[in-house]
Amino acid sequence: MVQLSIRQKLEILADAAKYDASCASSGTTKRDSRGGKGIGSTEGMGICHAYAPDGRCISLLKILLTNSCIFDCHYCINRRSSDVRRARFAAKDVVDLTLSFYRRNYIEGLFLSSGIIRSPDYTMEQLVEVARALREDHDFRGYIHLKTIPDADPDLIRKAGLHADRLSINVELPTEGGLKRLAPEKDGGRIEGAMGRLRAEMEDHGDARRKYRHAPRFAPAGQSTQMIVGADAADDRAIIQRASSLYDRHRLRRVYYSAFSPIPSPSAVLPLKRPPLQREHRLYQSDWMMRFYGYDAAEIAAATDPATGCLPLDIDPKLAWALQHRASFPVDVNRAPREALLRVPGLGVKAVDRILASRRHRRLRLDDVARLTTSIVKLRPFLVAADWRPTGLVDRADLRARLAPPATQLDLFTSS
Amino acid sequence: MHRVTLTAPDDFDGWRDAARRLSNHDVDPAEVTWQVGEDGGDLFSDAPLPPERPGARFSVPRAFVDMAQSAILHRDPERFALLYALLWRVRTQRGVMEDKADPLLRRVDILAKAVRRDIHKMRAFVRFREMEEDGDGGPTSRYVAWFEPDHHIVRANAGFFVRRFAAMRWSILTPETCIHWDGATLTEGPGAARDDAPDGDPVEALWKGYYAAIFNPARLKTGAMLSEMPKKYWRNLPEAALIPDLVAGAQAREARMIATAPRPPARPPTPANNSGTVWAAVRDEAMRCTRCPLYRDATQTVFGEGPIDAPLVFIGEQPGDQEDLAGRPFVGPAGQLFDRALEEAGVDRASAYVTNAVKHFKHERRGKRRIHQTPDAGEIQACRWWLTQELDMVRPRLVVALGATAARAMLGKAVTISRTRGAGIALENGAEGWVTVHPSYLLRLPDEAKRAQERDRFVAELRMIGARVQALA
Repeated sequence: MVQLSIRQKLEILADAAKYDASCASSGTTKRDSRGGKGIGSTEGMGICHAYAPDGRCISLLKILLTNSCIFDCHYCINRRSSDVRRARFAAKDVVDLTLSFYRRNYIEGLFLSSGIIRSPDYTMEQLVEVARALREDHDFRGYIHLKTIPDADPDLIRKAGLHADRLSINVELPTEGGLKRLAPEKDGGRIEGAMGRLRAEMEDHGDARRKYRHAPRFAPAGQSTQMIVGADAADDRAIIQRASSLYDRHRLRRVYYSAFSPIPSPSAVLPLKRPPLQREHRLYQSDWMMRFYGYDAAEIAAATDPATGCLPLDIDPKLAWALQHRASFPVDVNRAPREALLRVPGLGVKAVDRILASRRHRRLRLDDVARLTTSIVKLRPFLVAADWRPTGLVDRADLRARLAPPATQLDLFTSS
Repeated sequence: MHRVTLTAPDDFDGWRDAARRLSNHDVDPAEVTWQVGEDGGDLFSDAPLPPERPGARFSVPRAFVDMAQSAILHRDPERFALLYALLWRVRTQRGVMEDKADPLLRRVDILAKAVRRDIHKMRAFVRFREMEEDGDGGPTSRYVAWFEPDHHIVRANAGFFVRRFAAMRWSILTPETCIHWDGATLTEGPGAARDDAPDGDPVEALWKGYYAAIFNPARLKTGAMLSEMPKKYWRNLPEAALIPDLVAGAQAREARMIATAPRPPARPPTPANNSGTVWAAVRDEAMRCTRCPLYRDATQTVFGEGPIDAPLVFIGEQPGDQEDLAGRPFVGPAGQLFDRALEEAGVDRASAYVTNAVKHFKHERRGKRRIHQTPDAGEIQACRWWLTQELDMVRPRLVVALGATAARAMLGKAVTISRTRGAGIALENGAEGWVTVHPSYLLRLPDEAKRAQERDRFVAELRMIGARVQALA
């Protein structure tokens, strides 16, 4: 085989990594490179250094160590039976690339994953070695996210957590049936087992740090996972409930939803068609509702269409919920508790906090609310203000039609 | 009239000092003008700044100081006056900083927000290029960037780059100020021009390669990119030069997909000869399907059956009482009629794949009998997922929908059978679709003569379909 250049390898291994949606570089400890011999800092908020034309941010150098894999998962471009071009980085190549990108301020750090070669343990060792070299040999203090192989030795995973800010294990498919069909070598029980062990490890280290200030940190940015949407039969209701139980059981920071993208040279089961981007977007919105707006999974599931089990695509799930629960509206901006304001479609967390702070000093009128939010039009039917009462609006049968955006073509053809 | 001259556009300390003195002497905001630098003569007879009152207490809420420190960096020339007006309000009225609906506070908040965003974007979009310079122990590297901020943020932002790149020697050049770090101290210089910065770096080729490879052309979403990375930043981002080509390429790819999709011939080659295994796996998954509520009352999922490379697929409505118990499609009375009709038409039943639009038996219990009920649009839509999977695996040349439910599942919309039957329709998956009646319709016709007539028509259509499959093969 011809020797590949670093650039060719980088292109192959970045291409192979792009189906993973995760890019966050936030939520870790605050640290910087002063007093050290290397570079790197993390200050809580992540930074997106560039955006690709697919609208996704580029925060980390997201690559695979190798795209060779002994598994044959149908949805994956790197599966054993795929005829994609293979490449492999040495640990040192990844370290050098990360540092030279970081020095030029292209990235916040590294997100390293890998196809499984030889054995899960062997693969995990290679990943850990990259993180170790960055931290110990180069005193790198930027962000590191390592993909964890569920079947690897717990001892290796412990080492990974000592170097990395975030660890993640992908559940891949929302249903057990889907996993069995599309990723026959993976096992839902083992994946969740590994997530549970990660959670326990994080809690142990957290306890130790409360007692001893110098106890080592373990993956301070927590763990996350990813589900592929649209490759198996799971409807939105099932996905939301699965995500909610993952948040509860394993204390996940994030669940990423990735609309199944057609991959070159697909397996027979997977047709080449447009990824369900709008559905993915609605799932993220419902995820936000669970994490920041105080809805539980059952409430969001109730906003899905009873027959198809999917969230409406033309309106957001919060509005869908409100339209089904019209008796809870309108809400008085001057009196309602925080929880009730958070349920008003169109009011975000920041706007609600601003309303709460302002109304201590004045009776809010509709104009005041307009200054605190981005759009008042959507809000009006659901709010009572000092000078506004939406008589009958909430009860109108055509309210949904009035609030839903007019049908437009998908944004796939818009040019810049 | 008081005129205050600040030393620099981001001179927060100077503004604070002056504002404190003016405020202590109760100078009304309308009585003060603010300017930066030495320019501006004595247009009006300016009163000197009142002296500091020794020992005067002066306190403002923390939130005000935070907001003022950001807002003062804005390029809006009115910012100093706005901040002093806000300070005046803060000093005379309680709770001003919490009343977010107040127009003045809102205006200053918007300034502060714009500055914070600019600071954040500078941290994101500064791109260093490596150059050689003479160090203490021979040649060494310096990383130099050219950046054009919207507001006066460079000095305020220097700390971030020091913390991040402590062990590196770097310079950030901007039109207004330049900052330099040598590994130990930060120095400032006058503004520079773009040509003062290096014009390239070999690592940029790698970075561009990465940028192009990490982009997924299947999910083009330029609006999302533009809102976070507006075009004004593009000229200083090496990777942005690639964007027009990447977008055009993705659009061409999408157009190709759409142009080639409805063309019937040329069955795409099966990537791996594992369709039997895949079919069994999909069937297993369907056995546990809960996509619609029908699974609750049905005995089991009745999946399709037949050769997986069949050129012809028949779609029925849903399993009936007998199919539900047997777990196989088309075994009840309608199935038997269908078999006989196929035989008469000379179509080989064994070479066709048969399945149903809805895979669970929908019924209503009346005494001991389970009475068939027509599935509704939601149930058809929920189950269409499985039908699509089956058609993707079998890849037939011709698909026949028996009855209105099947036609709806095949075409994705409701159609009238009488108006669609008798001719082929191009389907999205490349196959040819035909619509005819469901055999149970023939069983239900009360009038003998009419039944015989309809049956002949059904057989005649099946014969046409058989001939069409031969022709397409």
